[in-house]
Amino acid sequence: MTAVGVRSTRRVSWVDRFLTTLRIVLIALIVVGLLAFIAQQIDNDNAFARRRNPGATGLTAAQVKGLFVTGVAQGAMYGLIALGYSMVYGVLGFINFAHGEVFMLGTMSGFIASTKLSDAGYWESNFIGSFLLIILIAILVSTATAVVMERVAYRPLRDSPRLIPLITSIGVSFFIQNAVLGLFGPNSKSYPQLPEWLAKNRTILTFDIPGTKIMVLVVAAVSMAGLWWVVERTKTGKAMRAVAEDKEIAALMGINVDRTIVLTFAIGGAMAGIGGILWGLSFRSVTHLTGFLPGIKAFTAAVVGGVGNLGGSMAGGVALGTAESLGPQVILEPLGVKGVSQLRDAVAFTALVVVLLFKPAGLFGERLSEDDRA
Amino acid sequence: MNELAPPRQILDQDWRRILQFGSLCALTLVFIALIGMPVQLDTRILIRRHLSLGYLSLIWIPMIMGYLVSKELVLEGIISAKKGPRDLLAGALTGMIGGAGLSLLAVLINNFDLRDPLLNWSPQTLEQLNFGNGIGFGIGIWLLIGGALGIFGSALHVLPALTAKAVGVALMTVALVSILETAITDLLEGFRLTFITDSLYAKRGGLSVVSTIVLVVFVALVTVLAAGQGDALRVKYDALDAPRRKSANLTMSFAGVIALLLLPLFLGKIMNELLANVGLFVLLALGLNIVVGLAGILDLGYVAFFAVGGYTTAVLTSPNSPWISPELHFGIVILIVIVIAAMIGLAVGAPVIRMRGDYLAIVTLGFGEIIRLLFLSDWLSPYFGGAQGITNIPPVDLGFAEVKGSDPRSVFYLVLFFCAIAIYISWRLQGSRLGRAWMAIREDEKVAEAMGINTVNAKLMAFVVGAILASFSGAVFAAKVGSIFPSSFLILVSIIILVVVIVGGMGNITGVIVGAVVLIGVLGGPKQPGLLQELGTFKLLIYGALLVFMMLKRPEGLVPNARRSHELHQEEFLQDAWLKGIVDDDDEEVTA
Repeated sequence: MTAVGVRSTRRVSWVDRFLTTLRIVLIALIVVGLLAFIAQQIDNDNAFARRRNPGATGLTAAQVKGLFVTGVAQGAMYGLIALGYSMVYGVLGFINFAHGEVFMLGTMSGFIASTKLSDAGYWESNFIGSFLLIILIAILVSTATAVVMERVAYRPLRDSPRLIPLITSIGVSFFIQNAVLGLFGPNSKSYPQLPEWLAKNRTILTFDIPGTKIMVLVVAAVSMAGLWWVVERTKTGKAMRAVAEDKEIAALMGINVDRTIVLTFAIGGAMAGIGGILWGLSFRSVTHLTGFLPGIKAFTAAVVGGVGNLGGSMAGGVALGTAESLGPQVILEPLGVKGVSQLRDAVAFTALVVVLLFKPAGLFGERLSEDDRA
Repeated sequence: MNELAPPRQILDQDWRRILQFGSLCALTLVFIALIGMPVQLDTRILIRRHLSLGYLSLIWIPMIMGYLVSKELVLEGIISAKKGPRDLLAGALTGMIGGAGLSLLAVLINNFDLRDPLLNWSPQTLEQLNFGNGIGFGIGIWLLIGGALGIFGSALHVLPALTAKAVGVALMTVALVSILETAITDLLEGFRLTFITDSLYAKRGGLSVVSTIVLVVFVALVTVLAAGQGDALRVKYDALDAPRRKSANLTMSFAGVIALLLLPLFLGKIMNELLANVGLFVLLALGLNIVVGLAGILDLGYVAFFAVGGYTTAVLTSPNSPWISPELHFGIVILIVIVIAAMIGLAVGAPVIRMRGDYLAIVTLGFGEIIRLLFLSDWLSPYFGGAQGITNIPPVDLGFAEVKGSDPRSVFYLVLFFCAIAIYISWRLQGSRLGRAWMAIREDEKVAEAMGINTVNAKLMAFVVGAILASFSGAVFAAKVGSIFPSSFLILVSIIILVVVIVGGMGNITGVIVGAVVLIGVLGGPKQPGLLQELGTFKLLIYGALLVFMMLKRPEGLVPNARRSHELHQEEFLQDAWLKGIVDDDDEEVTA
């Protein structure tokens, strides 16, 4: 309420005018792109669609549905990683830049475990068992990494200015990336093939969905439900929410703040580990750089959904995944941009800027303590 | 000097602490062995036949751990015990636990095969650990080496202060002289003093044993003899009155500038190339120093402005530019570069400037990536050449000389010119109204705003000045390399510049220059090799570790800015004041 008052009394500077113009231009571009897309879908030979994109052919319904499903599945993985960013930001008020590396270590450990299982023949003979095993291993590795990270790099910095832990986490991220490069080498490593019965396409509600994506969605939904139960229904979750609200008062109420913060990191790490396995099984390749882009996009997802808001993070992930998958073909191509598939990452970053320009607190609202909102 | 209690009993040890430091030592050693440092760096010889960079990467750890384990906090009012054999034992045990880690690794490599995921689980690593003498020798020797180095490390506390200092300085000198071999050889060759290099270094690289011993003895002697001279000099300097001190400062900086101008004439091509690279990064770091160090805005997409400078120069000078190729002169181009960089700085800055500091960091990172992806895309390739980039950028024609990549000396002078401009700008801005506004914003934005500072404009100005300095660097980079590709502008570059600024000392011009010279000169830039070019991929690992270490242990950097370190250590300063009894009630409220 105070913020609104301050806004209205601030005199309008050229920066505000520039931002208003930027907002209008962005909306205009999106609207024109969408209209052109609709025009080309109705009849790809009309003047409006041909104006910017002379080669417009339109997309078939199956293509659009395919892009949508891909986007949602990808977004579910972003959402799983975003939970870690969101929880840590909620509790400690800083961006754990190295969270993408926690995710990458989950993928990497899953790769090692699954190739070993595949060599032993267990992967083919009992896929469910080995799937559960690699998820367990990935969760263990990611959780351990996140906890060690907190202990070594972030705990000593808990009371320092807010940019200091962020810079530290950039260093941690850089270190882990290059340590993995040194340990496992620069080559891209591929996961073993998924069994045929899982990977084949299935039709659900007229959507033709590859089995891998169904698996991603199911596992993400189950983990999200588990997380929701932990945070909302257990004592630990209550403690976490209390610490996020106010550390000092939580400590006065007899909550062990250090332990709760470690738990937050651990749970975030576990979610990233699950996301890592899903990522590995969907894209079947992993390198030491795997964590970088998904990490930043997951942070974007957390901001889109509203930092500190767990349901929002998941929804933000799905929204970002869909935007990134549909955006290039639906908005950029009708605007006459060539080679749109190269611009997927640029679209994701632009989405971050757009959201922060229009709704800095995210689509579903932030849940931060008084101090962190500053 | 405090009074010391008599040394403690030899078995009166803090066993937990020893175990902690020992396991840390062992873990670090095994990690370094497994990422392959010892094997890959073994080709670089430091002391002929006795020490390679590969082994050095291992042996410094037990030494440091031995030093740390017997180091004690000196507390006011508590009499600490005199150091003695007890501490040597602690050091020895710590080192031995560390050595045992490597012995265990050797045994494991000998008996199990984990080569599949772990790249360096190899016979070469085993042989390196065994010194080529079989597994039994390897196990024993690492226990011995670890113990010996641990004792050595802790002995630095036991020895009399002057001796310890002499030993320390001598070791540092040997390390420096062997690491800087290329630079020293090149420099001495320029002065026609090759007889020194010939006697110092062995024929195929590395110090010879004799010269190492001579060097150690010589440096130790000099340290002992010159003890106290440095302090005396400082006291004398401090005693000077203001005008005298000013003239002394002037003389020193004048001498420094002359030396810097003459230096390249005596250096070979490789060293000049290195100097030019260092200069480019000094320029970038000075720019980022204004943004991060003075205004406190963490801009992770700083490389975007470097790219803008490079691409503008390429488009406007190269005959191969796919879009317009006016083939302008570099002097005019620089003016256009300033305008464009300032505009991009404003355009990127305006949307992000009101965001929270940490959001701003990620969004600028996003902008950095967006700009690179746009340069790379097929969409804009008719303008900027896409992945093929823009080639055939002509050398800079100065009338009396040509600055081109094949003549790194000329590039160095050009970079030096721009660095001089950048230093002047940073120096003048620091004390100006704008500079003080930046520092106020860095310390507390709300208070600064309440004091009547237009924070938005001030922060945007920081963005713009930083952008212009980075674009200078980009323009020179384009002219130096002669061609420009999107792959030169990875986020990596931003992060390395950030490490340079932080290690050097945020907000301090000298610090930033020192940081760039030490880090880029020795370790190398993202693609440019430094003096230790064998490091290759390990340098990024070192950059990451350095960043974390500096943030944890010395956030104000190597050459700190006084005000900045006050900000970072406010509580400690207040504590000191309290101990000395000079605190008043107002200050206590600040801590609460």
